[in-house]
Amino acid sequence: MPIGAQTLIQASYFIAAALFIFGLKRMSSPVTARGGIVWAGVGMLVATLITFLWPDMHNYVLMTAAIAIGGIVAWISGKRVAMTNMPQMIALYNGMGGGAAGAIAAVELFAGEAHGVAQLSLGVLGGIIGAVSFAGSLIAFGKLQGLIKRSFRFRGQNYVNLAVLVVTVLVGAIIVLHRGENMSGHVTGLFILALVLGFTMTLPIGGADMPVVISLYNALTGLAVAFEGFVLDNAAMIIAGTVVGSAGTLLTQLMARAMNRSLANVLFSGFGDTGGAAASGPAGTMKPIDAPDVAVMLGFSQKVIIVPGYGMAVAQAQHKVWELAQALIARGVTVKFAIHPVAGRMPGHMNVLLAEAGVPYDLIYDEAEINSEFETADVALIIGANDVVNPVARTDKSSPIYGMPILNADKAKNVIVIKRGQGAGFSGVENALFYLDHTRMLYGDGQAKVAELVQAVKQL
Amino acid sequence: MIDGFIALYIFMLAAFTGYEVISRVPVILHTPLMSGSNFVHGIVLVGAMVAMGRANTPLEIAIAFVGVVLAAGNAVGGYVVTERMLEMFKSSKAQPKAKH
Repeated sequence: MPIGAQTLIQASYFIAAALFIFGLKRMSSPVTARGGIVWAGVGMLVATLITFLWPDMHNYVLMTAAIAIGGIVAWISGKRVAMTNMPQMIALYNGMGGGAAGAIAAVELFAGEAHGVAQLSLGVLGGIIGAVSFAGSLIAFGKLQGLIKRSFRFRGQNYVNLAVLVVTVLVGAIIVLHRGENMSGHVTGLFILALVLGFTMTLPIGGADMPVVISLYNALTGLAVAFEGFVLDNAAMIIAGTVVGSAGTLLTQLMARAMNRSLANVLFSGFGDTGGAAASGPAGTMKPIDAPDVAVMLGFSQKVIIVPGYGMAVAQAQHKVWELAQALIARGVTVKFAIHPVAGRMPGHMNVLLAEAGVPYDLIYDEAEINSEFETADVALIIGANDVVNPVARTDKSSPIYGMPILNADKAKNVIVIKRGQGAGFSGVENALFYLDHTRMLYGDGQAKVAELVQAVKQL
Repeated sequence: MIDGFIALYIFMLAAFTGYEVISRVPVILHTPLMSGSNFVHGIVLVGAMVAMGRANTPLEIAIAFVGVVLAAGNAVGGYVVTERMLEMFKSSKAQPKAKH
């Protein structure tokens, strides 16, 4: 074994690990985020290229072909995917990582090379976690992409899942106890069980909760990678995997908290898309308004807070919304964007969509920053948002969204809601905001209506 | 090479590092950051390559091949989408020449 190559490999892994941490750190501020991913990318590239120098390897041709296939397909799909579909794409790439960790475990287990008990246990554990993450992420992708429409639930589902988990771990334990022997049958069984567990764990979870689940699987994949790193004696994998494991866990908690759910609640209760909790409708009527009147209202305001929701992205109205904001700013109106943590399909997703339209991030405020400001706003303009501005969450204990932090749009002097038609939000809950005395409804397609507003404001 | 308690120490320190590094991240970056950390565990690619380099039987080679394809997809896809998202984040001060 040439010492030079080994040293070079270890040095490159060291650099990669350092660049990953540095990159993630920079990614946690919008000012430096872009550079962060580039640094992490450099680390990945260096580590990958140097790995070709690993001593005593074969299958180079197939290896290169595999990298080319996976890389090119992912490159093209990643470049093409629409920003609205980003959450499921992340789920898919994450699942691939989990699958890769599972594959490493499978190769090592089938090869049956003599490992210590600790290493073998971690290898088995990493394989299980990787396979669960792989299967679960595929389901998450299918659900968000609309390929899997319904949630599959039956009584005692949690117990069935628990049983599958226990059996999986037992099979894993048997493999560890019989180390050195040929356990191909058990290994095959282990991976089938782990895949089944990933499927059955994820299928009952509703679409609205998927972001939390994706984040959890992201953390789990990190952990699986770290465990396989122990098996392969690969420090870069251990460090990168563990960092992602803990960062991902924290991120999962932050997301669950933003949705006012606990992680256990997401995983085991199957709310997410129950919907149809038809509470008695609020008193009053919805009062319609026309675009020109809204334009006058907006144009002569001091301060307008725009509350975009996923409906805006579905209508592809974000570019028009930014145009409207610019027209208002040109008239001297103070315009701010208020984003609820769970607006969009994933926390922060709405920020990505607005950024795509060119909205500078310093005009965008989150719920904690802007909630006290609604009282001083002349108009709260709500576009395609529903549950996140529903005051019922503050008052009605019987509502499924009770206790969820909401944007206090109802405190603004006037509320304008642009909405396709009458109807309840994602959670199926009627929105009391729409019935308030100072709320007016502007019905129609988001993009078309905002375009009308832009024209009307410019003609004022 | 990395054994016993040294490995445990690495694990512990890396876990704290991950937690600290993103503990003050603003909500606006949650999606890109999840994508970015998703990219970072794409390092599984080097492990899959090593596993493939040592694989002998056709079964092992086949599994390792799938592993490398998936890992490369994780790394490349994770990078592309993260970079695309982060590229769009701009401050109003940093864009004097707006398109309109």
